[in-house]
Amino acid sequence: MTIVSDAMDDGPPPETGIRLTEQQLRARRSRSIAIALALGAFVVVIFVVTLVKLGANVLTRPM
Amino acid sequence: MSVTLARIEPSIASVGDYVALLKPRVMSLVVFTALVGLLIAPGHVHPVIALTALLCIAVGAGAAGALNMWYDADIDARMTRTAGRPIPQGRVTPGEAAGFGLTLAVFAVGTLGLLVNWVAASLLAFTILFYVVIYTMWLKRSTSLNIVIGGAAGALPPIIGWAAVTGGVAVEPIVLFLIIFFWTPPHFWALSLYRTEDYARAGIPMLPVVAGDQETRRQILIYTLILAPLGVAPWLMGYAGPLYGIAAVATGAAMIALALRVRSERQGHAASKQMFGFSILYLFLLFAMLLADRLWGELAAQAVSHFAA
Repeated sequence: MTIVSDAMDDGPPPETGIRLTEQQLRARRSRSIAIALALGAFVVVIFVVTLVKLGANVLTRPM
Repeated sequence: MSVTLARIEPSIASVGDYVALLKPRVMSLVVFTALVGLLIAPGHVHPVIALTALLCIAVGAGAAGALNMWYDADIDARMTRTAGRPIPQGRVTPGEAAGFGLTLAVFAVGTLGLLVNWVAASLLAFTILFYVVIYTMWLKRSTSLNIVIGGAAGALPPIIGWAAVTGGVAVEPIVLFLIIFFWTPPHFWALSLYRTEDYARAGIPMLPVVAGDQETRRQILIYTLILAPLGVAPWLMGYAGPLYGIAAVATGAAMIALALRVRSERQGHAASKQMFGFSILYLFLLFAMLLADRLWGELAAQAVSHFAA
């Protein structure tokens, strides 16, 4: 019991690990957005080329 | 025994730094020459497939640029022209550049193969490998023929563009390959004539560093004398019209005149700088005229068939 109540008295544990600076946070955010856009563009390319290559056949499935 | 682990700082690389790794200016020339190869090829390809092929070629060229910057970071840091690149500036780590380049290369080749055809994809893979392994890792630091042989990588895009449409290779894009191949040495040697100290400091055996100014000026003239007739070849072989022929003769003559001025220049580098600048315009004009010629031909054919109907 004593141990638990002691731990509760200490409040939240101090943050450990790497803390990013404002510049690092901004750089990471812009990189993340760029990766998302690139992946989105890749998906669009695959989708459009699939339509172009298969045309109306995209709906034709062997039953 | 104690083990010291190097602390890896979180990256501060911006999107712009990664774009710089792709060498956008080189990329634009690659896309332009590949586009010409694609448009002069016989047969028809859907515009979406053509755009996809160009996108893959562009990304592949960018990947090669990033891998080049990864490997050459040490010499880039010693040259004023390249010291501002992201790796020497410490904004991107070599590992990040290598990972970025490899990922893009795999995606570009794989996508080109799956969505267009595997001949074009194999040529793109060969181009990237040639530029990174043969040119960057081997020739660049070991021989004054570095940009002569290495220039083959930059000359391949018209062949890739042609292969994207036809699924094969023919003599027409090979002539375009030869034009870029013989254009590369005079172009870079003209630059290296007034950047000799930079190359010497970095330990790169460029021709002026190894063989001296006079030999470089002589070689520039020799390569230009081979280049100018090659530039006219597409017209003589019948796959470019008279518009292209006139432009190729006129600009080829100007290139030879400039090479002669470079050859006789004894003081300063005015002629070399002029030659470097004009060589870019020369290659751009040749390919632009080829493009204009082809588009004009298409329009004329459409008009004839319209009136005939």
